[in-house]
Amino acid sequence: MKPAKPWRKALVYFYLTVLAAVFLLPFFWMLSTSLKGSEQIFTYPPRWIPRPVRWQNYRDVLTTMPFVRYLFNTTFITVMSIIGVVFSSSLVAYAFARLRWKGRDSLFLFIIGTMMLPAQVTMIPVFVLYKHIGWLDSFKPLVVPLFFGGGAFNIFLMRQFFLTIPQELSDAARIDGCSEFRIYWSIILPLSKPAVATIAILVFMMQWNDFLGPLIFLSSKGKGTLALGLAMLVGQHTTEYGMLMAASVLLLIPVVVIFFLFQRYFVQGLMMTGIKG
Amino acid sequence: MSSTERNRTSLVTRLRHSQSALAYLFISPWVIGFLVFGLYPFAASVYYSLCQYDVLRVPKFIGLRNYRDLLFHDPYFWKAIYNTLFYTVLRVPLNIAGSLLLAVLVNQSVRGIRFFRTAYFLPSVVSGVAISAIWMWIFNPQYGILNALLEMVGIQGPSWLGSTTWAKPALVLMSLWSIGGGRMLVFLAALQGIPAQLYESVAIDGGGKWRQFTHVTLPLISPVLFLWLIIEIMFSFQIFTEAYVMTQGGPLNSTLFYNLYLYIKAFDDFQMGYASALAWLLLLMTLAITIVQFRLSRRWVYYEA
Repeated sequence: MKPAKPWRKALVYFYLTVLAAVFLLPFFWMLSTSLKGSEQIFTYPPRWIPRPVRWQNYRDVLTTMPFVRYLFNTTFITVMSIIGVVFSSSLVAYAFARLRWKGRDSLFLFIIGTMMLPAQVTMIPVFVLYKHIGWLDSFKPLVVPLFFGGGAFNIFLMRQFFLTIPQELSDAARIDGCSEFRIYWSIILPLSKPAVATIAILVFMMQWNDFLGPLIFLSSKGKGTLALGLAMLVGQHTTEYGMLMAASVLLLIPVVVIFFLFQRYFVQGLMMTGIKG
Repeated sequence: MSSTERNRTSLVTRLRHSQSALAYLFISPWVIGFLVFGLYPFAASVYYSLCQYDVLRVPKFIGLRNYRDLLFHDPYFWKAIYNTLFYTVLRVPLNIAGSLLLAVLVNQSVRGIRFFRTAYFLPSVVSGVAISAIWMWIFNPQYGILNALLEMVGIQGPSWLGSTTWAKPALVLMSLWSIGGGRMLVFLAALQGIPAQLYESVAIDGGGKWRQFTHVTLPLISPVLFLWLIIEIMFSFQIFTEAYVMTQGGPLNSTLFYNLYLYIKAFDDFQMGYASALAWLLLLMTLAITIVQFRLSRRWVYYEA
């Protein structure tokens, strides 16, 4: 290949920079507004840099919504979900990737097929079911189902990874009298850290950001999540943009921190799913 | 093969064959989960859709009346379908074309490309509610940056979310920002799987960049394009959070999307039977669209032999 012409390279950089500005500007605008008082927020033309920097909005968020409580709730739901999905999807995927049994391949196709079913169809009967067994306004509806298989997509992902681990490893362990569960637990799972990390990130994103689930299943104020709390703030304080932006920043910080810590797995997850709807 | 080796092989074969019972044990969590959270609600949903049901009293069987009411006596249903189709038709092509162009751009090997990629997909990790809050402020007609930027090039911006004309395009614009980078990575992975020789052979035949794109890139990534077309349409049909948080369906029902209407019927009005019928019509519509897409795909999707 010929080396690129310098003017071409300059043009590429120009486009890259303009687009980077477009993608980063909303974040900057959010951060900037969160540090302004209303006299700076409602000025025209807009002022990009807050002067003076004002922290009051953050204090207002902490007093207007039970932020620490919501943070705890959201973290609890997210962590439990990750545990549920990782263990149950890997257990099921193990049977599909590493064991031989009748009907394996057709059942696997069936599981893949269940991905096509939209959640709306099952949402209402599931809600009624939870109501009858007294699970509404608890975290159970958001967490417990994930301990039962962890979702078709995650089973699929786990299986594909397990298939890449040489079968001889299992055979050697079997000859040494190792039980299948032991092989799963002490050999296959520890070798699957990249897959586990990718799935953990996907579940983290899904649960940390989930809105519809908490909206339907949680009703009392102390049980809320961060996403639910922010949505309530939007409803009540649409005009107090400083506080709304401060709350948005607080919701984003953990995601962004984890994002930069585990960027590789985020990229893997995004490459496989594009993540959001 | 020596006799010990043969013994060894048969031992492995035997061990592998005794795995059936164990396998069923391993998949039992999924089986239970599927029966309780999948199959049962699926069947119950069919039944509910044929009932009048407010959760407090037992479901009352009314046959196809919910469906008849939806199709013939409910203007909101048609409004929601119109809005959802409008949004989908606007969002899907823009999103796919936009993220593909983005992927082509970040597929260049220039210095610092990782920074740019990161900048583009950062919004993809942000929650729908936070995005809604941020963009409500960006769309603010008097003090938002969008209209301030438009002013700089001499355009008087509309009141975005307060306008029946602009509310849907505004939500599309926001979606380009919030998911474009995630989709970009999907396409980037596909682009990087294309062998460089193919480009070179087009170049030898005298083809320029555009010819390389249309004769090599597009055909080779067409399976990915097709998959994302299907998924994008499904996602667009399911828009909920943004409309619920930002507009509550307004102004004048111009952002009353299908899923929002379904939610309102089920969880505000507690008309669970009616909402179940809505869910089933949604499933049938998505299914029909997907089938048509598969039919059409034979004409343009290219699978390597």
